[in-house]
Parts: sequence; C-alpha cells; structure tokens
Amino acid sequence: MSEKQSSDPLIIAGKAYTSRLIVGTGKYASYAQNAEAARAAGAEIVTVALRRVNLSDKSQEVLSDFVTPTEFTYLPNTAGCYTADESVRTLRLAREAGGWNLVKLEVLADQKTLYPNMPETLKAAQALIKDGFEVMVYCSDDPVYARLLEEAGCCAIMPLGSLIGSGLGIMNPVNIRLIVEAARVPVIVDAGVGTASDAAIAMELGCDGVLMNTAIAAAKDPVRMARAMKHAVIAGREAYLAGRMPKKRYADPSSPLAGLI
Amino acid sequence: MKITLNGEPLEIAAGTTVAMLVERLSAETGRDPRGIAVERNREIVPKSEHALTALAEGDQIELVQFVGGG
Repeated sequence: MSEKQSSDPLIIAGKAYTSRLIVGTGKYASYAQNAEAARAAGAEIVTVALRRVNLSDKSQEVLSDFVTPTEFTYLPNTAGCYTADESVRTLRLAREAGGWNLVKLEVLADQKTLYPNMPETLKAAQALIKDGFEVMVYCSDDPVYARLLEEAGCCAIMPLGSLIGSGLGIMNPVNIRLIVEAARVPVIVDAGVGTASDAAIAMELGCDGVLMNTAIAAAKDPVRMARAMKHAVIAGREAYLAGRMPKKRYADPSSPLAGLI
Repeated sequence: MKITLNGEPLEIAAGTTVAMLVERLSAETGRDPRGIAVERNREIVPKSEHALTALAEGDQIELVQFVGGG
C-alpha cells in the first residue's frame, strides 16, 4: 500500500503530500489527544487558527508544544472572519507568525450556518493571491464560484460537503462531482463529514482529499475515528482510481451457469 | 505611558520597544516568543523591526499566536 500511495501523491501549490486527509486542531479534549489523533489519521497538514496571546491564563497549553510545526504543515485559517478585510488581516499576521504562504481562506456569512460568503471570499482570495499567498479556499458547492476561485488563482478548491460541524455528510454529490470534473487544481471536501463512509464517498466522487475536524474530535474515541478516516480516505481514493462496476437493475450471478447439476 | 495590548490598557515605560514588550510578556507567561506576531495600529511589525520600533502613547498593540482550530 505504501508504494501505491507514494506513486499517487496529492500536489498542492507544487508540493507533494502522501496523505489526502487534512485534519483540524479544534474541539479536542487536549492538544495531546489532538496530536495523537493527527498521527493516527496519517495527516501531514493540520489547520490552525490565529488568536490573541492569552496573557492572563499562564497555565494554558500551547498548540505548538504538542502539534509541532516541524511534524505537521500548519495551514492557518481565517475561522471567525466575516469580511474579506478581516480575513486578509488575519492571514498576513499568520504569515508573520509562522512564515508560511500556504493558507486556508474562509469568509463566513452568518453564525447559524457558517456558510461561506462567496462574494467576500472571492474578493479576499484575489487580494491574498496578489500579496503572494497560496490560497486553499473554503467555498460553497456552487460550480460557478468554484471556477471563479480557480481562475483567481486559488491552489485548492474546498467545497463544503455540508455545514461546518454538522456531520451531515456529502449533501450534494452531484455538485461536488461537477466541481471535480471542471477543476484543474485539487478539490478537497472541507466540512460536513460525519463518519468514515462520508469521507469514502467524497473520495469516490473523485475529490483529491478531505478536510475534517469535528468528525474526529467529537467522536467518542477520537484516535480510533482518526484511524478509521485514514482508511476511508485511502479506500475511497483506491475505489475511484479502480473505477466502479456499472449499476444494474437486476441480478447477475457471480457463479457460472454452465455445469449446474 | 498608556497603550492598549490585546484590548486591555497597559502602562509601560517611555522608550519601550516592541522587542522589549514581547520579551517581557514571554518571560512572564513562559510563552515562546518565536511564534508570536505583532500588529501595531493595524500594521504588522516584522520580527526584524521589533528592536527598532519604539512604542508611543495610545498605541493599539495586538499579539497573536496559533491555537487549535478547524
């Protein structure tokens, strides 16, 4: 399997990754559990958020002590940003804090759905790309906006499977397929995966990867679910590359009819 | 002189630079200063300029770092 996988890398902004599963670092019981889950997932990239340094609670754990930027590629996000300006400001600070150009852009529309605000997302993407960033973009499953974001220069298109943190799975597989067929950059389902079969479905649709947080962090046993997700992504990818059998309306016996006694 | 640090008022000595502020706070909190980014009045102060940038009365300073997120 390892040989097969290494011959099928995921290439984002010119860099090759073996794993097609990107995991978040939010909502875990501890950063130690988070690190263990990320390792069990086989993840090479982890999303991180940028926040004010906590100056009052000195005992608070520091992410980079557990999920280290030497072991994982940090992908700074703009979670909590509702305008293009806030997102650009956040990612410029993230670049200063970490020194990386690869970022995850998400511009949200409202707190109830955390649905992406697409006009603001496109505006932010254009500003960031002009400023030298490599932008992986969280977006709606609208194939037209996906194309516009790719034309703007985004290095990965990341449509939602369903709402962030909902665990509802891939609600619109037809649109995800349309986006995959048209895109020339990686398409990564970001948000909505609830369990392993959801991740496999995303990969069977031809997606290049899956990004998830809550599905692992909110499982009863996050480390075990991380391992399940690793296998699901590999299985879905292999099934997609293998090419599934055609569906039929009636039975087709697997054993030969000739020689029946 | 008074500045605002991460939304809270703070009294500091005149002549304090960004580098001195970051060093003082990382010593107080035990935080590694390397992963901290600084914004002064909405402009990023690059690490190379921390020691050259003196704070002024009324400055709005943001110190940020990476935390867990999805």
